[in-house]
Amino acid sequence: MSLLRGEGMTGGYGGADILRKCTIAVEAGEIAVIVGPNGAGKSTAMKAIFGMVGLREGRVVLDGKDITGLSPQDRVREGMAFVPQTGNVFAGMTVEENLEMGAYLRTDDFSGTMEQVFELFPILKDKRRQAAGELSGGQRQQVAVGRALMTRPRALMLDEPTAGVSPIVMDDLFDRIVEIGRAGVAVLMVEQNAAQALSIADRGYVLVTGENRYSDTGEALLANAEVRRSFLGG
Amino acid sequence: MEDILNAVVLLSNFVVVPALAYGSQLALGALGVTLIYGILRFANFAHGDLMAFGTMFVVMATWWMQGAGLSIDPLPTALLALPFGIAAAVAVSLLTDRAVYRFYRRNKSPAMIFVIVSIGVMFLMNGVVRMVIGPDDRSFGDGARFLIKVKEFREATGLSEGLALKLSQGLTIAVTVAVVVALFRFLQKSRTGKAMRAYSDNEDLALLSGVSPDRVVLFAWAIAGTLATIAGTLYGLDKSFKPFTYFQLLLPIFAAAIVGGIGHPVGAVVGGYIVAFSEVTVTYAYRKFLIYVAPESWRPEGLVQLLSTEYKFAVSFVILVVVLLVRPTGIFRGKVI
Ligand SMILES: Nc1ncnc2c1ncn2[C@@H]1O[C@H](COP(=O)(O)OP(=O)(O)OP(=O)(O)O)[C@@H](O)[C@H]1O
Ligand SMILES: [Mg+2]
Repeated sequence: MSLLRGEGMTGGYGGADILRKCTIAVEAGEIAVIVGPNGAGKSTAMKAIFGMVGLREGRVVLDGKDITGLSPQDRVREGMAFVPQTGNVFAGMTVEENLEMGAYLRTDDFSGTMEQVFELFPILKDKRRQAAGELSGGQRQQVAVGRALMTRPRALMLDEPTAGVSPIVMDDLFDRIVEIGRAGVAVLMVEQNAAQALSIADRGYVLVTGENRYSDTGEALLANAEVRRSFLGG
Repeated sequence: MEDILNAVVLLSNFVVVPALAYGSQLALGALGVTLIYGILRFANFAHGDLMAFGTMFVVMATWWMQGAGLSIDPLPTALLALPFGIAAAVAVSLLTDRAVYRFYRRNKSPAMIFVIVSIGVMFLMNGVVRMVIGPDDRSFGDGARFLIKVKEFREATGLSEGLALKLSQGLTIAVTVAVVVALFRFLQKSRTGKAMRAYSDNEDLALLSGVSPDRVVLFAWAIAGTLATIAGTLYGLDKSFKPFTYFQLLLPIFAAAIVGGIGHPVGAVVGGYIVAFSEVTVTYAYRKFLIYVAPESWRPEGLVQLLSTEYKFAVSFVILVVVLLVRPTGIFRGKVI
């Protein structure tokens, strides 16, 4: 039984269905990666799992509980966190305030969690008083991931966390994400850098026009000649 | 030397002090406009009439208190009546949000619809105010007139020019400082204040973080109503209460919010003073000032006034147009309208 599972998801933005019987699942402590061409519906699938896109069919299950009807805010309460593809930080607020906003729903003392985020991303501690909008792309993505971690989620969803960062920073971010997974969090991410992402993934999904084209372990997908040719650039 | 001092006192008396007071009133008004823009994302044309509405209740409560013999002399009774006006303005703001704006918010209507709706609300409030208290000038100020009198100042300094500081001006500046400090502390430090900034900064992410839009909107209206009433009451004490003037204040208030960067609270305050100082310096007649500082042969013939006071609103208008053309984000890089 997976920790988080979107089952047979069909739906879209009101017009034609973007997702068609799409199924995505991730286990606790594992990393699942969704890859696919632009416009395949990867972001839509993420939003559907987070309750930001209505489903005509299918359901979303978290730890055995059907959460299809829950609002995104309620899913945060249930232990899910989401880093969207765009606009994933509060640009006008400081790094520290961004993290505080991540913990907005928490009523207990979250200073320990903030320390953990600073341990994971030490640069953020130095820049804690700086506005997130003034940081470099890589640092901003770290703020975005850090904000999402502030609720101590069981399931962390990342939509292209390495978009627009340099290769070195990207390696570092992947390392951090692996670390988060090892800590027991179920990590579900969409990645443009498909080959590298699949190499750290326990499970991989290739999505095309809103449908599951291939689903397998990351390793197997990387070894699959057809997947390599069509989706990983050879 | 004495001429220079006289010139400084003259300018302080006729430019600096009035502009500081007027700028404070605009700053409080612009803060309300900017806050509503930041949270609800539209330029609220009803803000001037909201000021009139809140102030009307202060005026009526003041009359009632005066009749009942309540007084905090030498301070104006209006200060005591202020909470009534604030309560009324906050209540009407929340009521219009419930009855009108919420519908458009749920429909995710574009900002232009909101602006037009707010113009409707403006006419409605305007009508209510005129029906209840009438369109005429109403005086409600009492208490001491001056903190510093011209005569006393002259006697104390031995200068021929005098400086007057009206109680209403001193009050305006003091209250504005207190209100602005309190508001900024709230926005910077409190949980709700941070949620408001977050919502203004990135609505979707704020929702993802669990911020409740209803709560943020409620606070925005409550603060806007409070600021509007305080600004309107201070303006009324300083000048007089006349509903139409409050409608006219909308232009300099919008200019202030936009020149500072709309959606940006610091910008609103700075913008308020920029507009006020521009207006007062441009419409002041510098003849006497030049007589003090310029050599004998340069004595001016006319008033040396750039713009007659009847045209003072043109100053706001010019500022507005220039900012929108040259730097639409305003000084502090607020949002583009
Ligand atoms: N808010 C929206 N309203 C309507 N249609 C949308 C919306 N967002 C995306 N779409 C459409 O849904 C389809 C899938 O978009 P989606 O963003 O899920 O793709 P993606 O796989 O994430 O692409 P990318 O790799 O570019 O991020 C596209 O055809 C897109 O035009
Ligand atoms: Mg996408």
